[in-house]
This record gives sequence, C-alpha cells and structure tokens, in this order.
Amino acid sequence: MARALIRVPPRARRGEVIEIKALVSHIMETGFRHDQYGKAIPRDIIQVFTCSYNGAEIFRARFYPAIAANPFISFTTIATESGTLRFDWSGDNGFTASESAAITVE
Amino acid sequence: MKALALALLLAASASALGDERRSGYEFMSRESQAMQDDDAANPAMLWALDGEALWKSGAPACSSCHADMKGVAARYPAFDARLKKPVTLEQRINVCRTEKQHSAPFKYEGKELLSLSAYIALQSRGLPIAVTEDANTHPYIDAGKALYEKRQGQLNMSCAQCHDQYSGRRLAGSMIPQAHPTGYPLYRLEWQTLGSLERRLRGCLAGIRAQPYEYGAPEMVELELYLKVRARGMKLDAPAVRP
Amino acid sequence: MRRRIFLISAGALAFGAMSRARADAMHDAMQAVLDGAKPQEGRVSIDLPPLVENGNTVPFTVKVECPMTAQEYVRAIHVFNEKNPQPNIASFELGARAGRAVVATRIRLADSQTVVALAQMSDGSWWSGTAHVIVTIAACTETV
Repeated sequence: MARALIRVPPRARRGEVIEIKALVSHIMETGFRHDQYGKAIPRDIIQVFTCSYNGAEIFRARFYPAIAANPFISFTTIATESGTLRFDWSGDNGFTASESAAITVE
Repeated sequence: MKALALALLLAASASALGDERRSGYEFMSRESQAMQDDDAANPAMLWALDGEALWKSGAPACSSCHADMKGVAARYPAFDARLKKPVTLEQRINVCRTEKQHSAPFKYEGKELLSLSAYIALQSRGLPIAVTEDANTHPYIDAGKALYEKRQGQLNMSCAQCHDQYSGRRLAGSMIPQAHPTGYPLYRLEWQTLGSLERRLRGCLAGIRAQPYEYGAPEMVELELYLKVRARGMKLDAPAVRP
Repeated sequence: MRRRIFLISAGALAFGAMSRARADAMHDAMQAVLDGAKPQEGRVSIDLPPLVENGNTVPFTVKVECPMTAQEYVRAIHVFNEKNPQPNIASFELGARAGRAVVATRIRLADSQTVVALAQMSDGSWWSGTAHVIVTIAACTETV
C-alpha cells in the first residue's frame, strides 16, 4: 500500500478548529510527459481524497494532473467528539489507500 | 523580505566567527524551507517511514544488530578496514545486506536503498558532519579535492567554479548553492522524488556535458568524502527538500 | 520581402492562437462549474510564491473570508490555471463543519501564468480570486 503521513492533533477541545495534514506517496503522472523515445507516458493520478470523522464525510478533494507528485493537503475541521478520522485516496489503475487517526475531544 | 533579513543576520553572525559556509537550505525560498521544516509536510519523510519499516524487517533485521544509529550518517563516507577503502553509507548498507542478511545488494537509487539511507540519515539530523580525516582517508580526500577542482566536460568547468566562485549568483533563475551535502538523501522538487547525492552529482556532470561517474564509482566516493570534509562541522538537515 | 513578413505574421498568429486556446480552455472549465452564474471578485485569496523556484511543486493556499457557520459557509472551492496543458487544478468540498475555509496543497505550474479560484457559498453565490506567478525552471537537465 502507498505510504501516507497524517498529522491530526491527538487531543482537542470541543468546538476547537483543528488543522489536519495528509501526505501520500504517489507519482501523479500527468499523462503529458513523453519518454525518451517520444512515446506518451499514460496518466496515473490520484483523483479523489476524502476525510470522514466518525463515519461522516467532512472534506473531499478532487485532484487533477496539476496537483504535484506525492500529494499534500491541509484543511480544517471542528473537533466535535472523540473518535476516528479516516482518510481515503483513490485514483487511476484502481489505486486506493487508506489511513486512520484517533482524536480525543474533551 | 524577512527571509532576506534573516539570511543577512545569519551571514553576519557566521562571518563574525569566520565561517562563510551556508547550507543549501539557506539558499532556497521561504516556501521550500517551510516544506522541509514540517515533518508532516516534508515528502522526504515518506521514504524515511518506508526505511523504518525496512529497518525492522529482513533476516536478520537491521534492528536486531543495530540499536542507536545516532551519529552514524554524520561519519560517512567512512574507511572500511576490511575493504581497505572508504565506503559511502549506501555501500555500507549493501555490505550488511550481502554479508549479514545474505541477500542481493539493493540497487543504487532504488526505493529500498533510498528509504534506508533516508531513515539512517534522519537519525543524525541536527548533528555536525564529522568524517574521519586520517592517514587512511587522506589520499582519498586529496583525490576528491582534485576532482572538485578539475575542469571537465564540453563546458570545461569545474565544481569549484560554480560552487566556490559563483555561489549566491543565479543560473537560469535558480540560486547557485555552495555544494555542502548536508541534506542528502533529499526530495528534489525537480526530480519529484527522493534522490541521493550521487544522483545530484551525475546531474551536475551532465550539466557541464561531462561523462557522469557511475553510481558507486571510486570518483563518487572520493568526491563525497571531500565534500563532507569541506562541510565538516555543518549540521546535517537530512532528509531535506531542495528545489 | 513580402514573403518574410507573411511568415513572421503567420508564426505570430499561430502563437497567439495557442495562448488564446489555453485561455479559452480555462474559461470553459470555469463556465462548466459556474453553470451560468456570475462570480464576484473578492473574499477569495490565493497564496502563491511570487517567484516559483520549481514549477513541479508549488506550495499553494486558498482562503475564503466566511464565518463558516451553519447559516453561512463555503460549499466548494474550484481552482484553475491558465497555461498548463489542462485548465483544472483541484476542487475542494467544504461545509459548515470545516470551521475555516482554508485549504493548502502543492500544485504544478508549467509556465508563468494566472491562477484563479472560484468559491461557491451556501447561499449559491460565487466569488473569485486571482494570483499571478512567475515560474522559473531548474538550471541543468539531467540524464539519470
């Protein structure tokens, strides 16, 4: 599975706005490059990233070839309750990746 | 503006101590520095994570023989008493791989070797470069210095010309750094992946239209050894980000 | 004399046509998302380095001024570019739970150009922000 790095604060106060960072290894081949023989290298990108908080989707991103390799994303959400944040990536050639992080909200 | 002020302040304080040496970190934009500073945003950390997993695997696992690797990367290239020559960190990893783990050596610039060297280099982050300069290594250091100063390639240029004479000036929009390898292996934005110092050296040689040395060639070891001696005392910031 | 002038102007026309085609592509991609709506300039700000060190990986942040309450929040942000082979960069779906309308990522920029972000609010209104960047290239090519 692709390597992913998630940064979620382990604890937060209820109602606090927290910052979430997610980094996943992926070549994000644009489809616009050519090899040394002039042959086009086919597109291979992550297309969708979602984040769910205790099962409810709180953020979604649609990526295009203009997103840099090893896509990084940072976004915010309100810490509502303790539980699990789940991160999912999917893309070309059946690519999927998944990570989870726990958060304690007091 | 703030980055410029900081750079000037650092330059002022360092030259007060007589040290004009600056890491490539200081030559890059604030945004690139921010990318490196945050472990959650530094793409090189993805390889370090893979390296950590590899470190704990294998038969026997690296972790079963080696406990604390702090300071190890800072000493490399190091003289191997048995092989009677200096070896790079990557070569040392492969010595262990073949002799202790009885497996095929990892390919240069392959995912495994990059991940392991990133993980090991991370253990020396913040430590000063400290390669051994003694009777064993002096001939190789001198050979490396000669390579550094040698004019070569169609452009008939030496490393010294760009990196000693012209550092701080611009080449096609990029600022020329001083060539202190404090950050390797590093995530180069140009490569869109992690790469080794040897990859960068091959790129430089291609740039001056010289024949690039092969990976692991004696010239590579000598040049890296000399560069590390030239950078002695500078803090490692591996695995770094560079433009 | 006349033939040389003709060749020069033909070349200039072709080049002009190419940049117009890509600017048209960005315009069309934006229209596809707006679906007839007219965005107002404002509330959306884009953070991009004014001088980009390497177009392969450019740190990018988009912010929308919005209270982000259950009554007034950002539904989505769509980002476009002018000169890449493709006009879309990314789309982000937010909502009241986001707390703040700030998203950061890293993008690819093929040339010095304009980047546009469109934000759709909970009341259906559209806002836009623009940034111009200068993109330089790495100095030496390499044969790995």
